[in-house]
Amino acid sequence: MRRVAILGGTRGMGRSIARRFVERGDWVVLLGRDEDELGRSKADLEARGAPGVRVATTRCDLEHPESFRPALEAAEQLLEGIDTVVVTAGLFATQEKLEQDPVFAQKLLTVDFANTVVFCEEARKKLLLRGKGTLCVFSSVAGDRGRKPVVIYGAAKAGLSAYLEGLDHKYRSQGLVTVCVKPGFVHTGMTSGLPTPPFAGEPDDVAQAVIEAIDAGTPVVYAPAIWRAVMTAIKAMPRFVMRRAGF
Amino acid sequence: MPQTRIAGWGRQFVEGEELKPETLDGAPPVLFRGLGRSYGDSSLPAASSPLVVNTTRANRIIAFDPATGVLRAEAGLALVDINRTFLPRGWFVPVTPGTSLVTLGGMVAADVHGKNHHVEGCFGAHVTRLKMRVADGRVLECGPDLERELFLATVAGMGLTGQILEVEFGMRRIPTPWIWQESERVANIEEYVEKLKESAKDWPMTVGWIDCLSRGANLGRGFLMKGRWAQAHEAPAKFPRELPKIRFPFTAPEFLLSQATVKTFNFGLYNSHFQKKKVGLTDPFRFFYPLDTVLDWNRAYGRRGLTQYQCVLPDSAGTGAARKFLEVLSSRGGASFLCVIKDCGPESAAYLSFPRKGISIALDIAIRSDTQELVDALNEHVLNAGGRIYLAKDQFTRPEHFRAMESRLPAFQAVREKWDPEKKFKSAQSVRLFGD
Repeated sequence: MRRVAILGGTRGMGRSIARRFVERGDWVVLLGRDEDELGRSKADLEARGAPGVRVATTRCDLEHPESFRPALEAAEQLLEGIDTVVVTAGLFATQEKLEQDPVFAQKLLTVDFANTVVFCEEARKKLLLRGKGTLCVFSSVAGDRGRKPVVIYGAAKAGLSAYLEGLDHKYRSQGLVTVCVKPGFVHTGMTSGLPTPPFAGEPDDVAQAVIEAIDAGTPVVYAPAIWRAVMTAIKAMPRFVMRRAGF
Repeated sequence: MPQTRIAGWGRQFVEGEELKPETLDGAPPVLFRGLGRSYGDSSLPAASSPLVVNTTRANRIIAFDPATGVLRAEAGLALVDINRTFLPRGWFVPVTPGTSLVTLGGMVAADVHGKNHHVEGCFGAHVTRLKMRVADGRVLECGPDLERELFLATVAGMGLTGQILEVEFGMRRIPTPWIWQESERVANIEEYVEKLKESAKDWPMTVGWIDCLSRGANLGRGFLMKGRWAQAHEAPAKFPRELPKIRFPFTAPEFLLSQATVKTFNFGLYNSHFQKKKVGLTDPFRFFYPLDTVLDWNRAYGRRGLTQYQCVLPDSAGTGAARKFLEVLSSRGGASFLCVIKDCGPESAAYLSFPRKGISIALDIAIRSDTQELVDALNEHVLNAGGRIYLAKDQFTRPEHFRAMESRLPAFQAVREKWDPEKKFKSAQSVRLFGD
C-alpha cells in the first residue's frame, strides 16, 4: 500500500490518478490551493475508495514556494508518512497568448520550471529521509523538442525533464525512484478549447499508464504510449523541416 | 473558442461551441449537455445561441451513505462510472436506460426509463434533490417536496428550466451482481404484447426485440426477455467480467444499410433464438447495455446518420394499435435493425415525462431522403392512438404533431417562462418544437 501526496489532484489527470490510487486501497493526501475544491475531491475519493482508505487534504500553492515545506510536513502527519509524491499541477497557455502577455509568460516559466523544481527538492529530501520513495512529476512531450506551438511552455518543460533525469541518475541508487511523465495531448480542462490533434488521449488512460510506471519505477513514461513514437520521429527531423512544419 | 461540430447520437452535426469545464461553478448561462446520447437535437445548441456547456468533467461524487443508499454527485458523473464503483459493492441505480454512457444530469433531464418501468417508474421518481442554477444566476435546491413546480419541470425538462449541477437519488441494494434471465420466442405482435403484459406481473424487468420486417401472420415475431437480480444461491460468488470493448472502426458505406442487410440481420437474430425458451444467468452488462461494448456503433449507420423513433401507445388504444404501427412502418419501407418493445407503467408527475401506461416501441432508422415522411406517418398513427413520442430520441417530429400529442406542454412552458423568461436555456430541439 502506498501513501501518496498529489499536488494537482483535484482536476484533470491528477484527479484520475488519485481515484485509481484510492480504488485499489492506497492512501492519498491532496495538495492544492482551493479549499473548496480540495473538500469536494476528498469527498469524491472517500466515496470511491476501497474500505479503510484514508484521504486528507492540505493547502499548497505552486505559485508560492514558501507553502511547499509546511504542506509536505502536514501531508506526512496526515497520512503518518508518505512514500510517493505526484506532481500534476502546472500552468498552460498557447504560444500566442504567452507572446502577447509577458507577465503571464514569466509566471508560467516560474511555476512550471523553477517552482516545480523547488517543490521536488523538498519532496526529494523528505523521501530520501525515509530511505526510499517515488517522485512522479508531469513534464510534457512539449519539452522534447523546440517547436513552434510550444516555444515558451516547451522550454519550461524541457528544463523540468532535464532536472528529473538528473535526479534519477543521482538518487536512484539511494532509493529515490523518479518518474517523468510526458503526456501528449490529453483532453482535460487545461486543453479545453484547443483544436484536437491526432493521438489525443483521455485522463483515465493516462492515469492507468502513470500508476503502472510508478509501480514499475519506469523513469520516463509517454502517455498515451504512441507519443513515444511520435516524439522519436519529431526529434529525428532536421531543422529545415521543423522551420517549415506547423507542429 | 473555436467553432466545432456538435452532434447527438444520431450524428446530425450542427456548428457550435462547446465548453468542457472541470467545475460547473461560473459556467455561462446556456444549455448543459452530458455525453450526447440523446439521438436527435435535444443536446444541440440553437442556431441563435451557439454555445453549450458539456458537464462530463464535473463528475465527482459528493456523498454516499451506505446506510440509506443515498448518492449525491455532480451532474456530469456517468452511469458507467457509478456502475464501476458501486456494482461490486452490491448497489445499483433504481432505473437504468439501455446504455451506461449517460450522465446523471442527462438521466434527470430526459427522465430516463428502463426495463423496470412497470415497477419503478422513471429515474426522476427516485430523485430526492437537485441542485440547480436558474436563469437569474441563483443556485438553489429543489425536489419533490421543495420548489416542486421547478422540480417537476426540470425532471424530463431537457435542460430547459436551468442548469442541473448536482443530483441526489436513492441507490438500490442488489442481492448479487448477476441477473437471472428467461427469454422466450413469440410468433407475432399479438402474442408478444400479451406475453409482455402477462410477464409484467411476475418479473421486475422485461424487454423484447421484434423483427419489424416480417409480414402477415408473422408480423412482430421476436423474443421477449424477462429478468430479475439473481439471488445468492443462484449465482457464482465472483464478479461478472465485462466484455472487452471494441470500436466501430469506420463510417459504414450506405449500401450496407439496404433492406436486404436488415432482413438478413433480423432473420439471423430471430433464428439465433431457436429454442422456444431459454433460462439462465447473465451479467448486468450484457443484460442492460448490450450495445455499450461497441463504441461508436452509430457509425454503422453511415454518413447520413440515424434517428431513433420511440413512441408510447397507451393501453386504451388496444392491441391493434401495435400491429397497425408496424404496418405503417413496413408500408413505408422503414427498415430497422432494432425494434424494441417495452412495457410502460403509469405516467409520472413530471410535466414532459415520456412514458404512460401502455407499450413503448423504439426503432433505429437510418436517415434517408424519406425519413421525414416516415416519421410524419408514424406520428399521425401515434397521435390517433393517443400516444406520444420521446424527446430524447427525436429529430424529425413536427411542432404541430408534438403539441397535439403533449397536452401538458402549455403547463411546462408556463413554468419555464416563470424561471427563464429570456429563454437563456434553449436547444435546437426546443426551438424546433416549442418555438423558443
